[in-house]
Amino acid sequence: MAGLAAWFPAWAQPVSTGIVASLPTVSGNDITLRIARQTMRVDGKVSRAIGINGTVPAPLVRLKEGQTAKLTVVNDLDEDSSIHWHGLILPFQMDGVPGVSFPGIKPRSTFVYEFPVVQSGTYWYHSHSGLQEQIGHYGPIVIDPAGADPVAHDREHVIVLSDHSRISPEEIFRKLKVNPGHFNMQRQTLGGLLAGKDQPLKDRVEWGAMRMDPTDVADVNGSTYTFLVNGYGPRDNWTALFTPGERVRLRIINASAMSIFNVRIPGLRMTVVQSDGLNVVPVEIDEFQIGVAETYDVIVTPTDDRAYTFVAEVNDRSGMARATLAPRAGMAAEVPPLRKRPLATMTDMGMGAMAGGAAGDAACTPEHAAMGHCTPAADAGAADHSAHGAAAGGAMNHSMRDFSVAPQVKRDPSVQSISPMPINRMGEPGQGLEDVGHKVLTYHDLKSLDRNPDVRAPERSLDIHLTGNMERFMWSFDGVKMSDHHEPIPFLEGERVRVNLINDSMMVHPIHLHGHFFELVTGKGDHSPRKHTVIVQPGGIATFDFTADALGDWAFHCHLLYHMHAGMMRVVSVRPRGDAA
Amino acid sequence: MTRVWTLLVGLSAIAFAAPAAAQSAHDGHAPAKPAADAGCTPEHAAMGHCILEGEGTTTSAHGEQMPAPAEGDAGCTPEHAAMGHCRLKDDPAPTAHGDHTPAPVASDPDCAPEHAAMGHCTPKAAAPAVGAVGTDLPAGDAPAPAPPSDWYADRIFPKAEMEHARHAMMVESGGLLIGYTSFDLEYQSRKGHDGYSWNGEVWYGGDINRLTIKNEGEGAFGEGLEGTETQLLYSRAIGPYFNAQAGVRQDFGPGADRTYATIGFEGLAPYWFEVEGALFLSDKGDLLGRFEAEYDQRITQKLVLQPAAEVSFALQDVPESGIGSGVSDVELGLRLRYEIVKEFAPYVGVAWSRKLGDTARFARTAGEGVESTSLVIGVRTWF
Repeated sequence: MAGLAAWFPAWAQPVSTGIVASLPTVSGNDITLRIARQTMRVDGKVSRAIGINGTVPAPLVRLKEGQTAKLTVVNDLDEDSSIHWHGLILPFQMDGVPGVSFPGIKPRSTFVYEFPVVQSGTYWYHSHSGLQEQIGHYGPIVIDPAGADPVAHDREHVIVLSDHSRISPEEIFRKLKVNPGHFNMQRQTLGGLLAGKDQPLKDRVEWGAMRMDPTDVADVNGSTYTFLVNGYGPRDNWTALFTPGERVRLRIINASAMSIFNVRIPGLRMTVVQSDGLNVVPVEIDEFQIGVAETYDVIVTPTDDRAYTFVAEVNDRSGMARATLAPRAGMAAEVPPLRKRPLATMTDMGMGAMAGGAAGDAACTPEHAAMGHCTPAADAGAADHSAHGAAAGGAMNHSMRDFSVAPQVKRDPSVQSISPMPINRMGEPGQGLEDVGHKVLTYHDLKSLDRNPDVRAPERSLDIHLTGNMERFMWSFDGVKMSDHHEPIPFLEGERVRVNLINDSMMVHPIHLHGHFFELVTGKGDHSPRKHTVIVQPGGIATFDFTADALGDWAFHCHLLYHMHAGMMRVVSVRPRGDAA
Repeated sequence: MTRVWTLLVGLSAIAFAAPAAAQSAHDGHAPAKPAADAGCTPEHAAMGHCILEGEGTTTSAHGEQMPAPAEGDAGCTPEHAAMGHCRLKDDPAPTAHGDHTPAPVASDPDCAPEHAAMGHCTPKAAAPAVGAVGTDLPAGDAPAPAPPSDWYADRIFPKAEMEHARHAMMVESGGLLIGYTSFDLEYQSRKGHDGYSWNGEVWYGGDINRLTIKNEGEGAFGEGLEGTETQLLYSRAIGPYFNAQAGVRQDFGPGADRTYATIGFEGLAPYWFEVEGALFLSDKGDLLGRFEAEYDQRITQKLVLQPAAEVSFALQDVPESGIGSGVSDVELGLRLRYEIVKEFAPYVGVAWSRKLGDTARFARTAGEGVESTSLVIGVRTWF
């Protein structure tokens, strides 16, 4: 292995030959979880953390569909805490969001969560108090199905991805507020321009005129974060064992505060069998993007007696979480170098329709073409092109902050831009993944294994604009921060609603609705993939249908921790019909 | 100059428009009991966990759809069966998953939903494709319900505790106040006595409203302090990039100690120029003004070249301070800083300043120079 070490970039130089450690697990009908301050060791360095039962990540909570879960949570902190069971369908007062579902858990006190377990799959749990989640208050949940598991596997590993900084989360947030782009160490430079890298001068000037930085992909990134697998850094090299020929199920959870990962295992194809805890029709891929709070279960079948590197590269390519899949402890494979960081495009600024126009066929958007539903008529003739050229020219008149495009958005300093012509981007793999030379998962590839429980047409639709100002680090829905908007978004019990999430910012936002699964509107009819968290690509639209079947008040927010902390959140209220205020 | 004034006056009008902070009071309307069958949502019923009232048969759960994987049928895993690649031994009819992938039925191929969403077209929703189901169906236009006026958790937990937690949650979600401090210190090497200057700022507040204190001063070694200027300002965000500021300025130093009322702005202009401007009305009725701009040209991630310019002007002569009417001073600087960390960046550079017009005349009369070029070395810090 010493010879191999030369392959590794400095941050991946091994401090260990690989740590084979399974996650501490709690299960049964009476589980106690104790939240306390502790330290954790990442790549040999000790830092402060909040853990549960003495570990970061918190122990794996293993439940069985059909049981009643009783989880006694003891808060040994000197501050309020909470646990939110992410993705679980349960009574709202058990959802664990202080100020929405319950009052929170006071210091040195105990709260007992008790609810029937009505689902199976891979989920996770985390604090919904302050910024505790950033420093270790998160852990995995696996619920075994009551019946046989349709996903056959010989072995499974739970992989909890997270981000870790030695700077306190409060300080990270303050830096973001007072110094825009504080953590960005991949900006465009004069040196780069002279070397012919990145945008040409003309584009730089145009983007400068709009005060938009195309390198602003991740607010907090590898300049301060170490990216973890099950609490271990890249140099710790957490190692998962397999016997060649086995079908290995990887339950991958993105428990990061701020990091969207692109996951791949060079040399192994992955078959996605589950997304956000629910089974999907298996689909074979080489790489997938996992937003904060999403989960994916994949099956890999390594047949060779060799090690493989599990790579979770953060979306701005400033670092990676790394682990090893190996037949025996102490083995390692080559760690691929970080790929070139992506630059935001006009589409990321919400001018996708114009970009599409340039492609030449409005009726055949790139994502539809990618699905093979249509063939762009780009080469159909010059006349077509010139027509689109004119359309694009007209579109250029769209200002980057034209409130007439989105009348519901408040004219507020928190709104830096409004996507003039956003397109639905659920058929796209994510920033920087368009041309990686292999198959990358998109939401259009997902199809529910089970028929959707509610296949009615939505009674109404609702637009929600994801708004922000990267210069002030303000984030909001419809131009209004949670702190300025005390009124919930109302739904009637049993109501089926189509929700259009329109991203008016150049950042990606993983949006999470508590207490419900929603069906992505991607042309899959009654087998639409059901999720609890959906990535809305920069300047794009994501659409889901959902049935408001869970009475109560629920949180609805961007799962980037500091975006939520900056105000990108709402309360959603599901009321019985006839219970109107 | 007139243009600058117009701008400033305009800004002031916006700055003081009172914020319409409407906040509805929640007085807790009569709570209704959750529906009796809340324990059995359609979803759960579909999963076979319960039976909805009035539903005669149990919707069978995973068992039926996905038969237990037959031991030893390794060649045909359930997944593959589901994909339609093979058929499980004990699965007579490959229901659903594999072979009935309905081609996604766009209700209107000429009007993709995303285009419709953009208002570019209207889908022919009236005639959804035959057989469309689930998310392929177009949405209706039922009205949205009215927002509730109470909070659900108040029915279960003590209202006072919930109020407290709710307030904390809302403050934590966008309402926190933060502080910022910056301090730059510079040594100026020039003909005659070398000089020094500093520039500090502290602010505290939220996204929109802040209290800002600015302090700057300069002097020459052997001659002492030339003057300091301190401003206490209320700062208000008036757009995505700009803050309007108003308050008082107090000067101390060997010259005339003056108090001014001040109004100004600061922000980020197109092409990434940091700009700042202010008008100062003294207690003697003199009106002064100042405009500054700077630009960060990143050479590498840590090396930054910063050109900067500052122009001062006055409406009238202020002989006690050596200021003449019109444009009084121009300063240009070029500083190269190295950000060891973003919060601590030493720099070297060159600064040039020139007194103009009557200001220059006053200076000459007093036997002072009107132009000065300095090599500067300094450090920029903030936290």
